[in-house]
Parts: sequence; structure tokens; C-alpha cells
Amino acid sequence: MCTMIAHQVKIEGRGKSGPDWFEVREANVSYDHPYDLPLEHALNIDFVNEALGPGARVAVELSVEGARQLVKTIQAVLAQADQRGVLEDIPVVAAPAPRPTPA
Amino acid sequence: MYQTDQYEGMIAETVSMRGHNGDSINAYVARPLGSGPFPGMVVIHHAPGWDEWYRECTRRFAHHGYVAISPNLYFRDGHGTPEDVGAKVRAAGGAPDARVLGDLDGANAWLRSVPYVTRKVGIFGTCSGGRQAFLAGCRLKGLDAVVDCWGGRVVQSKEELTQAQPVAPIDYTKDLSCPVLGLFGNEDKSPTPEQVDQHEAELKKHGKQYEFHRYDGAGHGFFYYDRAAYRQDQAMDGWKKVWAFLERTLR
Repeated sequence: MCTMIAHQVKIEGRGKSGPDWFEVREANVSYDHPYDLPLEHALNIDFVNEALGPGARVAVELSVEGARQLVKTIQAVLAQADQRGVLEDIPVVAAPAPRPTPA
Repeated sequence: MYQTDQYEGMIAETVSMRGHNGDSINAYVARPLGSGPFPGMVVIHHAPGWDEWYRECTRRFAHHGYVAISPNLYFRDGHGTPEDVGAKVRAAGGAPDARVLGDLDGANAWLRSVPYVTRKVGIFGTCSGGRQAFLAGCRLKGLDAVVDCWGGRVVQSKEELTQAQPVAPIDYTKDLSCPVLGLFGNEDKSPTPEQVDQHEAELKKHGKQYEFHRYDGAGHGFFYYDRAAYRQDQAMDGWKKVWAFLERTLR
């Protein structure tokens, strides 16, 4: 990409792409050309799982203002949850493998 | 310009070719029917990926009488939709220059190995591909023309250099071995008009053959009809400049 401004952070979570959820392990954050948003550059976040291949990806492309508001909102929500004593700041325990559907 | 009563046809398909380190990668080739021989063009896809626009662009070169090959520079980054693979490369800070040059050299060698290509081969790229086209013109042997469309980061500050892209292409200008056509939008942020000025000054300093055209009312990617950046007047004029330049340098 033309700015090459990109950072990766390891995260724990789940993402939904199509009908199925998958385990998200990385978030790739870049300020570079978006694919769909009609701007030259955007704040792009790809929630991915590199071990599952390029298709395991949930993408968002945000305007600068949208990205700033999102950051503030996430911080505000986490602060509010902390204040109310409901913040579960613990690692995600790996879920057991799904059982095969009975025939 | 082709005539309405002339016969016309082309073949377009994916092929395998040898790239950097002798790796086998895939490429999209489009060529006019017939034995030719036709001049060759290496078509470098842009940063968003080896996508439909680049398939069409490759066929466009064939339509204008060139054997065009567009190597998949992201072959080693996995397979999926062009967007998903492109996003992966974006997150990694782009494809490494050494690997890209190896793949472009392989594409040139592929063109020179087939009987329907003349001894003349040019290279075309947009966005990161414009930068890579200029880099190839400086670092590779056997190229006869470079078309750099809004190649960002030809001029790079020391802070922008990375392990994958360790040298700013402008620093190789003295080694440029063929004429360059550059097309730029004056509203572009990468490259900015000031960076294009620096690039031009360096070409002048080293006495290189170049032709730069800068368009008002256009920013980055003004050829891309599938993006908001498309500027019809500027794009059509830019294509005319491309065909005229290649006619002079490759035929």
C-alpha cells in the first residue's frame, strides 16, 4: 500500500464473516487505501486469524473522524463497565472443539 | 487506432512462471492472436492486489498490440479473494522490494522466452506498482520503457525505510537504464507534487530521458473507474500519453 502505515496487535476474540464465527487472533490496523470506502486513505481494521488463511477476515474501513469516535467510545464503554465492577479482564478460555452433528 | 473492418482476437489466461529465487508463481497473460511479434509489457498490479482492474488492464495492453504479463506479486502470501490477500500484504507493510524485483525480472524473462515477443519490453505500474516499475527500471537489466503512474514513496524519508523496502527508489535514479513516463495527480498525497518535483529534479540531474505529466483536478489512482478517485478527462488523456510513449519506445 502506498503509505505502508500498518500495525498488528495480538487479540483474543471471535469474528463473524459470512454465516460462521471464527477465532480472531490478530487485528491489523492501517492508515492506507481502503477497498470500498470512497476515500484515498482510511483507518482500516482487519480482524483476522492468520493461521486460517487470508479469508479469515472481518474488515472495517473508517473515516478519520469515525475512527477517533470509535476509540473514544470503546474507552468510555470499558471505563463504565469498570466503574460498575462488571469488567471481566481475564483471558478467554479456549472453547472446547464443537461436537460433530449427529447423523 | 484499430479499424472497424480489421480482424481482432486475443488470448488471455493464467500461466506459471519463474519468479524470485526461481520460485514458481502464477501470472495473467494477455496477447493478441497471431505470431506477431509484438512488444512485451510487464504489468505490475497495484497495492490493493492482483484484482479485476488489473486483469482488464492487462487485456487492454493486448488490445493495443502488446503481449502483457501481470505476475501475482502476492503469490507467496496465500490465496483467496484479491482483497483478502491484499489486506494481508497491507498489514505486513507491503511486498519486499527484493522479492518483487525478482518476480518482475522473471516476468521479463518469460516474455523474452516466447517467440511472439519482439526484443522490446516495457513495464507499467500504478500506485505501489508505479514505484516498483521505476525501481525495476533502475535495478533490472533488459527493460526498454517505464510507465510510473502515481508511484507513491519513490521519495522516502529515512523513517519510512523498512527491512522490506530498505532504499528509496529515488536514490537509484543514476542507474535508470531506459526512458520513463510519469503520470501524477496534483491533488495526490502520495506522491505529493513536491515529491514529484524532487523525483523530476533527480532525473534531470542525472540526464535521464523522462516525460512527466501532472493533472489538475486529479488525486491518487485517477485511472481506476471502480473508485471515487476516477477522473474521466485526466484518465483518458493519461492513456493517450501511455500509448504514444510506448509507440515511441517499444516499436
